[in-house]
Amino acid sequence: MSSAGSVAAPVGHALPAVVDLERLASLALDTARAAGADAAEAGVSVDRGLSVNVRKGEVDTLEHHRDRGLAVTVYFGRCKGSASTGDFSEAAVRDAVESACAIARYTSDDPAHGLADSELMARDFPDLDLDHPWPLEADDAIELARECEAAAVEADSRITNIEGSGVSAQRGLRVYANSHGFVGRVAATSHGINCVAVAGERDTMQRDYWYTVARSPDDLEDVQAVGQRAARRAVARLGARRVATERVPVLFDPQTARSMIGHLVGAVRGSALYRQASFLLDAAGRRIFPEWMEVVERPRLARGMGSAVFDAEGVATRESPLVAGGVLQRYILDSYSARRLGLQTTGNAGGVHNLQVTPGDDDFDALLRRMGRGLVVTELMGQGVNLVTGDYSRGAAGFWVEDGGIAYPVQEVTVAGSLPDIFDRLVAAGCDVDRRGNIQTGSLLVDGMTVAGE
Amino acid sequence: MSKSATAVGDPLERARAEFLAPAELGESELNHVFARLMRPGVDFADLYFQSTRHEVWMLEDGQIREGSRNIDRGVGVRAVSGEKSGLAYSDDIVLPALLEASGAAGAVARMGRQGQVGAIRSGGAPPLYGDEDPLASMTSDRKVDLLRSVDAVARGVDPRVEQVIVTLAGVQETVLVADADGRLAADVRPLVRLNVSVIAADGGRRETGSAGGGARQSYGFFLEHNRALDYGREAARRALINLEAREAPAGTLPVVLGPGWPGVLLHEAVGHGLEGDFNRKGTSAFAGRMGERVASPLCTVVDDGTLPGRRGSLTIDDEGEATQYTPLIENGVLTGYMQDALNARLMGVGRTGNGRRESFAHLPMPRMTNTYMLAGPHDPREIIESVEYGLYAVNFGGGQVDITSGKFVFSASEAYLIENGKVTAPVKGATLVGNGPDVLTRVSMVGNDLELDSGIGVCGKDGQSVPVGVGQPTLKVDAMTVGGTQS
Repeated sequence: MSSAGSVAAPVGHALPAVVDLERLASLALDTARAAGADAAEAGVSVDRGLSVNVRKGEVDTLEHHRDRGLAVTVYFGRCKGSASTGDFSEAAVRDAVESACAIARYTSDDPAHGLADSELMARDFPDLDLDHPWPLEADDAIELARECEAAAVEADSRITNIEGSGVSAQRGLRVYANSHGFVGRVAATSHGINCVAVAGERDTMQRDYWYTVARSPDDLEDVQAVGQRAARRAVARLGARRVATERVPVLFDPQTARSMIGHLVGAVRGSALYRQASFLLDAAGRRIFPEWMEVVERPRLARGMGSAVFDAEGVATRESPLVAGGVLQRYILDSYSARRLGLQTTGNAGGVHNLQVTPGDDDFDALLRRMGRGLVVTELMGQGVNLVTGDYSRGAAGFWVEDGGIAYPVQEVTVAGSLPDIFDRLVAAGCDVDRRGNIQTGSLLVDGMTVAGE
Repeated sequence: MSKSATAVGDPLERARAEFLAPAELGESELNHVFARLMRPGVDFADLYFQSTRHEVWMLEDGQIREGSRNIDRGVGVRAVSGEKSGLAYSDDIVLPALLEASGAAGAVARMGRQGQVGAIRSGGAPPLYGDEDPLASMTSDRKVDLLRSVDAVARGVDPRVEQVIVTLAGVQETVLVADADGRLAADVRPLVRLNVSVIAADGGRRETGSAGGGARQSYGFFLEHNRALDYGREAARRALINLEAREAPAGTLPVVLGPGWPGVLLHEAVGHGLEGDFNRKGTSAFAGRMGERVASPLCTVVDDGTLPGRRGSLTIDDEGEATQYTPLIENGVLTGYMQDALNARLMGVGRTGNGRRESFAHLPMPRMTNTYMLAGPHDPREIIESVEYGLYAVNFGGGQVDITSGKFVFSASEAYLIENGKVTAPVKGATLVGNGPDVLTRVSMVGNDLELDSGIGVCGKDGQSVPVGVGQPTLKVDAMTVGGTQS
């Protein structure tokens, strides 16, 4: 594949200028004002990217991504209408605004609707170091993916097949503007390398993966290490079996532990609370975890995957505890849900920004010793989580632990319990923090859940 | 309601008028694009023009809370060389953008034979759905009234109904596929969906229930047979049942699955494992098992994209191929995989009309349409009476499968205990887990009551979502792991 020279422009070079996006946002706001809207907001984004997947040394897919969108919301009094378009022509933008205005004629007058309060808009715009274009040619990406895949294949003779390895580079520009006169601009990149390996033994196959993702290519994990880790994880699953049904301690590894914190976020999100659709209603100020548990949102981390200076409504973000001393400190609100609850927005329109569980002293092996006997969960499957009741029942795979060490791999079991009880029974958060996502935690040890198998 | 398509008639004429005429793309321009795409080494190439108009209305607390409308269009350009696929796409449907994308996508191949460009010929199949634009099929006033009437009927079921959310969504999509073999085929695809979600409260306890449906039709579908109102009543009923539910059992039990939507079992346990790509790559637990027994002789499972108006149906797939009725398992024996163009060619078999893509910005791959099991000989009552102690699961959330190990899960949202041959107490939602290649070998009874789901399925694969259907008769699986808390 290397004979014919370069094939694609490096990522990021073809993006339009930020001022063009601002011009489109202004056009949308001006059109809304001219149509009689009392307030309006517009978000405009463009993304460019390249992703390559290699399988068995050959290119499987080569994709050039170029996505764009403009979304506008208008308010007539407290009636709201929204529309979006992927067409950036002036006529299409005007059409979108007209559609939004037409919809606002039918929506109900709702005193909670409207822009976030003007005094909450971000005023300072520190550089969070999020924009690191990776001048990656398709040929370079293919070479990296091959190297990653080869490392997986060579890592163990039991790697009998491979789904392949992928390399991606992406850069996006966003502008958010509203009729308070706020204009926010973001340029951010996201790059990744992944590998999916298949291990085989006799009649059975097991698949597992590993990936690295970062704002800057300099922060990506070594490409060979990604392949080797995918291979080791797939091989470790060979010989997986079911276990007997019983109640035992469960240790969620950092990747699956992230989903547990995700359920906390889901249950204290404003939209769940004002709908009375949460098992954590009226929980602010209440102890919902053991005393040692601390969870902090740090929206302005340099190069953070969830970093943002302002939220999806232009509201300034700031560092703020979510759980301290095991006590829920606040909810996760945008301006609409905050008004419904008689509270103030927490700068979480569009979600949380870098939510971190404060790590404990134990690493993964120390947590295994602490657990003694039980199940390590490394994969969760299915949607069996009910945030209204807290009922929890999911498919799981992982490892059985005896005498504080891994005994054998496990599959085709479920782990079940009730989320309030699971939160209350947390014993420790590990120092083995997975830093790749917007929610970051180490392993979480729960002292008792029902594991169903044979 | 600023724009409503009024064009009627042949989908191909409509698609030409929508995509080709405004950009002055005639036969010679398309040939120019394919000449650029079909460089040495490229075996196959296609262009996928797509436009979608999408709207959503949402009612909450008896108020019309939100409405939104989205318009999107673009063209995806794909080149295939052996096992390699290149994709580039553009939101601008103009010749220079097509040529640029063709250069980028075609770069995937740099050696081998020169592909041939075929003369353009029209393809397609008789439409499986009407050409009325769903968005324009009802006035905004009537859409809003429909939401309000569903809200009222759900609240009227019981004073314990506390919260009702109703969403109504409609999509009008036009696609045009042009490929290097000269195929030119179009499809105009309506899709509507209505969902009701209820919270009921009693004392300190709160539970949810949801129900809904949809079809490739216009909004009138929801008025026929009072469907929308029935969804409202059904969502309330499910929430109220859950208020009575006790802890679900944990362990391995006989499980009876109700008809219709519980067919998500088939989608997860066998459907994904029979998609051509995983089998070509040898990463499916079903790879190399064609002709082998993978289910009890009572089981015949098909994928059928040809059912008129169904949510999972398509007149043509996203590669321009007419969809078909594809037997996957016949009397327990594995007989067929689902194929797109690339995998069919590499495996030396025919296409099955299962090449689907989420949008012009995604590569096609083999995907299911409507996947269901044919009816069997047993009376559903007789099936329940055969179980001494087990689970009767009639509604599910969703499921997931690990194609390679074959392990799958699906989560019950309405289930009951069976005790001494009788359906007794409702139990809380629980996840069921199993092994795809052997779960159907444990099917000991198949009901005579085949039903398809109400039109609610969304399937995700490699980050791409597409609408699908499932169905089955009442089934008895002799042993499955049930993930409750009561051991």
